[in-house]
Formats: sequence, C-alpha cells, structure tokens
Amino acid sequence: MAQLDAAPTHQPGHSGDKVILTGSELGRVVDRLAHQILEKTHGGGETVLLGIPTRGVPLARRLAARIAAFEGAELPVGVLDITLYRDDLRLRAARPVGRTEVPSCGVEGLRVILVDDVLFSGRTVRAALDAMRDIGRPRVVQLAVLVDRGHRELPIRADYVGKNIPTALTETVRVLLTETDGADQVRLASDPAGGAR
Amino acid sequence: MRHLLSAADLDAAFATQVLDTAAEMASLTGREVKKLPTLRGRTVVNLFYEDSTRTRISFEAAAKRLSADVINFSAKGSSVSKGESLKDTALTLQAMGADAVVVRHSASGAPHRLAGWVDGSVLNAGDGTHEHPTQALLDAYTMRSRLGRLAGLRVVIVGDVLHSRVARSNVLLLHTLGAEVTLAGPPTLLPVGVDSWPAKTSYDLDAVLPGADVVMMLRVQRERMGDSFFPSAREYARRYGMDAVRLRALADHAIVMHPGPMNRGMEIAAEVADSPRSTITEQVANGVSVRMAVLYLLLGGHR
Repeated sequence: MAQLDAAPTHQPGHSGDKVILTGSELGRVVDRLAHQILEKTHGGGETVLLGIPTRGVPLARRLAARIAAFEGAELPVGVLDITLYRDDLRLRAARPVGRTEVPSCGVEGLRVILVDDVLFSGRTVRAALDAMRDIGRPRVVQLAVLVDRGHRELPIRADYVGKNIPTALTETVRVLLTETDGADQVRLASDPAGGAR
Repeated sequence: MRHLLSAADLDAAFATQVLDTAAEMASLTGREVKKLPTLRGRTVVNLFYEDSTRTRISFEAAAKRLSADVINFSAKGSSVSKGESLKDTALTLQAMGADAVVVRHSASGAPHRLAGWVDGSVLNAGDGTHEHPTQALLDAYTMRSRLGRLAGLRVVIVGDVLHSRVARSNVLLLHTLGAEVTLAGPPTLLPVGVDSWPAKTSYDLDAVLPGADVVMMLRVQRERMGDSFFPSAREYARRYGMDAVRLRALADHAIVMHPGPMNRGMEIAAEVADSPRSTITEQVANGVSVRMAVLYLLLGGHR
C-alpha cells in the first residue's frame, strides 16, 4: 500500500485537510467489507459486484479479489455507468459517457451488490437503480460503499459501509485509490465551494 | 457546441468524443430495453423539406431511444405547400418550444439561417449540395470500427462529388481526423474549386483503387442534373462504377461504403453491394448510434 502523502493528483495542504483513512487503514476496511459480504451472502453464491465509475470500479475489483483470497469464491465483477441516468445532467455541460460492462452471467435472478466510493446525497445510487432496471431484474440489489458521509436527499441506505464519516455540507470527502490516483487514502477537506456531488 | 451545421465546425477532439460516445450508445442497443431516460421531456422536431427515409427515421429512432419527444414535420401536407416561409415555420417551432430542430432542406445554407431564428439546437440533416455532417460522422464511425483507426487511412470517394453534400462533409471531417482523401470522378462531376479542398483528385478510378483502405461510392444524383454530365449510364458504370472486377483490385482489408440510396448497376453493382466487403447496412445501424451521441452531446448538458 502506498504512503499517505503520496497523492500526486490531488493538492493537499488546504488548511482544513484531514486524513481520515491511511493506505493501510483503507486496506483493512476493504478486508472487513469483503468479510461482511461473505457473511451476509453466505459465502458469496449467486452474487455479482457492479462498480459505479469512477472509483467504485477498482473498489469492486478489490472486494472480489479479497473475497477470492478469503474463501476462494469467484464473484463476477461488472461496471455500471450511470451518466445517461443522472438527474442533474442539465446542470453541467454534457458529460462523457462511460462503458457499462455486465458480466456474462447477467444479473437476472442474482444478488447484485452495487459498489461506490462515497455515499452522499443518494442520487448516484438512484440513477444506478434506474440503470439496473434496464439491464435486467436481479433477485436483490444491495449497496456497498467505502465511506458514508451522510446528508442523504433520497430514502437510500447502504448495506455494507466501510466507514461512517460525519461531515458538514461544506466539506468534501476525497477517496484516493492507487488504480485511479496513485495512492490509497481518504481525506476530508473543507471546501468553501461546497461538496462535490 | 450548440448547433451542428457543418463538418467544418467539428474539431478533432469533439469529433472523437462523438465517435466514442456513439460506441457506448452502440453497446446499449444490444439490450432488451433499448430506451434511455436521458432526454426525457425534450422535444426534437424533424423538419424535412426534402424526401428522406434513412436520415429521418434514423434521427427519429435516435431521439426516441433517448426518450425525447419527436415531432415529424414534412413539407408535403404542411403549411409550406400553402407558401409559408422557412422563417415563419421556424417561429412556429420556436413557439412550440422545440429543444432541437433537425433540418433537411434543398437550399444550401438553410440550417445556418434557421440557427439564427430559433433558441434550440439546429442539426443539419442535409442542405442542398452543401453538407450532411451526421452522415460524415457515421461514415467515420464505420471506418473506425471496421479498420480500427482513422489517422492515415486512405479514403477514395468516387462519383458525383459535384452534387454530394456527403462528399463535402466527409472530406472536411476525414481531413480533421487525419485521413487522406482522394476524390475520383469524371471532370464534369468534380466541383469548380475542388483544388482548394483538403483532398487529392483523380479522373482515373482504376489508378487509385489498389492503394485505398476505404472506397466510398456516391449516388449519381440524377434529380439534381440536366442530362449532359456524362454520355450514358452504361458508360458511367464502366468508368466509375464499382463492379466485381474492381472489387478484386482492392486490398484485402479494404471496405466499400455507400451512403444510400443506391442506384444498383450504376455506381455500384448488386454483387458488390451485397458482398461482405460492403458496409452499407452497417452504416445505417451506426447512423442511429452516432445520432444518439450527437443529440446527447448537444442537448444532454446545460445550455
């Protein structure tokens, strides 16, 4: 795992920047989430992990790798891009559309666990549920997040939470992962412009 | 970008974004549920002053897959036949709150005028002998998906360049994306001033075929012609038609394209049109994905 201050793509040093999880702590949280998934799904049978871009995708892959390491269960991993289902498309310029990759087994009748880095307003998850409806009908849909920072705007909750972080609306939670950012870390930054949703 | 009026308005970055977005749209069309909620509540008007099947249906399918409301307007059977002007029609559409107007018109430049009269986006679906930018985008998409790249591709565009908006838009876009274009056709069907286009020209099709990666046949637009551009259909087919003999002269990987509708037996022989080297039906399928991408990128975000 990378060192805490090796986060080249983000500029630390804001006066209010606080490290919530170091690289090794983040690794332990992922391990615990993997164990919880194994426990709740009775060994991970008939379960598919779908990562929500950007950072939900490497997180889903890590969870699958840890689950395989603990119990030898190979969970299919896919990608669920939600861009075309967002309810805030008109608030910004058109966003680039990402790829959705459904595992070859599909989702029909299976347990789907959506994986994302931060649970905030709940709008991303709502969009993901809409996107899911168009690719099939899973038996059950669950949600795993690395960080729950509160401030929900919709009646949505996570089934697996890595860490609850009480935040103010003006703060921003930044999850950095080696795959996307070159290092593992979770930071809390005070951002007068308000949190990124 | 608000309007899509000319292929010349597209820089390499935006054109590539359209093609990449189209690839994602295409991956969604294999699904059981082909509809996306993205443009819910938006209104797209198809304003067609000229006949069209492919383009109008393609735009309609694209808009509907993105959940936009589609209003089809064709000049026949509308107030246009009572003499209403383009501007008055535009103001009517404006009053109805059209978010986008897809326009085809026999007058070159009509979409540009329209863009000045309406608040919504204007998409040029073919204006006279001028431009047809979404056709160029779907052609580029087809080349990229068949051959894997556009930069450095050698593309030969054959036939009635003079009357072809497809040729003009393709030359502009392919040049932007780094392909090398050669226009081949009889001197009477190459436009005056073609020297200033970013393309080479040739009167001898057989000389340029062996080096081509893509051969794009153009429809001979007899409805826009008198009768003096070439001696006879048979002679045209012999000198500039794509037949089985010329197909054999092509490199093994080369593809044959046609924007449709075809004059089978004239610019393209039936056996070529139906061969696996021909991408004609692929072009139609790709047209929907590319138009979805364009509608999304123009209407999906804020204004």
